Amino acid sequence: MVEFLQHVINGLGLGSIYALIALGYTMVFGILQLINFAHSDVYMIGAFAGYYASRYFGLADSPGLLSLLIALGCAMGACGALGFTIERFAYRPLRKAPRINVLITAIGVSLLLEFGGQIVFGADPKFFPTLYSAGNTLVFGGVQIEPIQLLVFVVSVLLMVALRFIIFKTKAGRAMRAVSFSHTNAALMGIPVDRTISFTFILGSALAGAAGILVGLTYPKIDPLMGVMFGLKAFVAAVVGGIGNVTGAVLGALLMGVAETMVIAYWAPTYRDALAFSLLILILLFKPSGLLGSHRMEKV
Amino acid sequence: MIAPQSKLEGSSMYRGASIFLAGIVVFAILSPLVTSALPAYYSAIVAYAGINVTLAVSLNLVLGITGQFSMGHAGFMAVGAYVSSYLSLTVFNHIQIVGLPLEVSQNLFFAVSLYIGGLASAGLGYVVGLPTLRLRGDYLAIVTLGFGEIIRVVLLNIDVVGAARGLPGIPRWTSFGWIYAIAFVSVLTVRRLMNSAHGRAFLAVREDEIAAEAMGVNATRVKVTAFVISSFFAGVAGGLFAHYLTYLNPAIFDFNRSFEIIIMVVLGGMGSTSGALVAALFLTGLREFLRPLQEITKLDFRMVIYSILLIVLMLTRPNGFFGTREISDFNLFRRFKRNALKVNNPGENHV
Repeated sequence: MVEFLQHVINGLGLGSIYALIALGYTMVFGILQLINFAHSDVYMIGAFAGYYASRYFGLADSPGLLSLLIALGCAMGACGALGFTIERFAYRPLRKAPRINVLITAIGVSLLLEFGGQIVFGADPKFFPTLYSAGNTLVFGGVQIEPIQLLVFVVSVLLMVALRFIIFKTKAGRAMRAVSFSHTNAALMGIPVDRTISFTFILGSALAGAAGILVGLTYPKIDPLMGVMFGLKAFVAAVVGGIGNVTGAVLGALLMGVAETMVIAYWAPTYRDALAFSLLILILLFKPSGLLGSHRMEKV
Repeated sequence: MIAPQSKLEGSSMYRGASIFLAGIVVFAILSPLVTSALPAYYSAIVAYAGINVTLAVSLNLVLGITGQFSMGHAGFMAVGAYVSSYLSLTVFNHIQIVGLPLEVSQNLFFAVSLYIGGLASAGLGYVVGLPTLRLRGDYLAIVTLGFGEIIRVVLLNIDVVGAARGLPGIPRWTSFGWIYAIAFVSVLTVRRLMNSAHGRAFLAVREDEIAAEAMGVNATRVKVTAFVISSFFAGVAGGLFAHYLTYLNPAIFDFNRSFEIIIMVVLGGMGSTSGALVAALFLTGLREFLRPLQEITKLDFRMVIYSILLIVLMLTRPNGFFGTREISDFNLFRRFKRNALKVNNPGENHV
């Protein structure tokens, strides 16, 4: 039982990182009906931004909350800017193009970031510096919680609460929700559609940047292809929760994290990558709108 | 290779069959000539170009003609490759048909092994396609991508085919004759298909699924048919590839391989068989052309160039080289085509 609880805790830690990435997928899909394939690589850039920022400012010499916040700020800023650039130059010119063209462009951007990253950063894995000095392992009735796990979980939850506030309590958030219903009608109500879409991309990419840092803290080996699998799984999590639904993305991601930890613990670690896709296929077959998603009728 | 196409339209089955047989004979004769004339490096390029043609043409059937975004083509290729190699290694390599020369018997067995590999792939295509092709474009892309990965992961865990160590010692039975005959057959199949009611249904589904269903086209069935045919040829191409390389490893069939085939189709123009063919030849050549650059800089620029190409293409010329047209549609050939049609086929608009 203790062992099982331990795996649940580990799974929730992993799931909370998935959630940060899944949120970006789900927001962009909600507003553009586009799978932003490049999102997983934005997260990779976030990890590298954190890596270079900590080298530039010498953050690893004085690990602590301040160092972590500086790295987070750098990564989120860099990724937000990157998300804006991608949307502005790759997706916006194709707003009226067939869906398949936009999808292909998204894949192109994703591969450009991955293989461009291999050229710029080098293909070898790099070691992410320790930005936060870990204290003692906490033990609750036999279940161990690493301080870094707790930190990751807390940061994720804080960011998700902030996102929820932005979406549901601010004017920009209301504009986002309006645009996701209908571009035309939102424009008629005086909402700047393009600017709202840009804002959505910046928000989602910034979260992915934060996820990059958190992953770097948990698994301190980063390389330009680290986003591929992780991003796909986060996307699957978003679909499982009901794509376009913010709460669903978080729920799906936590489920995904726990399920994956269970597969590693009780079955074969080599199948962990296959699990995500099996889960995706099952959910699409039996409940295509996801756990919390609403079914949309297709209009002619 | 596609020159006879314009005359094919509306021709009788007999004519089709005779062109088909003539093509096979020509390739069988040309094959030893090409092999002996080229240095090994260039002959390898020519071989991969031919295999890529089959892959691109078959993917085009799903991606370009039926409009379904499949990203797992490498997975189907892997299934065909592994099944046919396993058969060749365990069974066909040890037996010979009595009364036939070794070479003839070998080639017959190779045909059987390729065919079974293709069938296995097609069968998997059916199993995968039936549930997933009910999904809309974007989901289909992810699910097929996922299936490609699952196939790779499963192959990594099957010990009989070498798991992560790979499968060495596959007999080298693939010749130019085989490669280009298969490419020819795939082009011909798609061409013939497009001139049949089935092919029109594929196009109808691509243009508007709802309207096609309203016209009585069973969209799911059409998509599955396209997917199965496409998987079959991917499997056969995989078998060819395996018997050329003589070594298999699950890592060969990763996502990048699928992506390479996708960019061939997109560059050529989604929906154009000649486009897929030309782009497959062009990109295989480009890859080798870029190799010196890669050796000097020690960096892999190929995928970067591919991805930039893809983005620029989508932004400026989303139709690729050919759009949905075929080579035979261009002015250069139109005069001949019109003459040919007058002679052979008075009723051109058969739908």
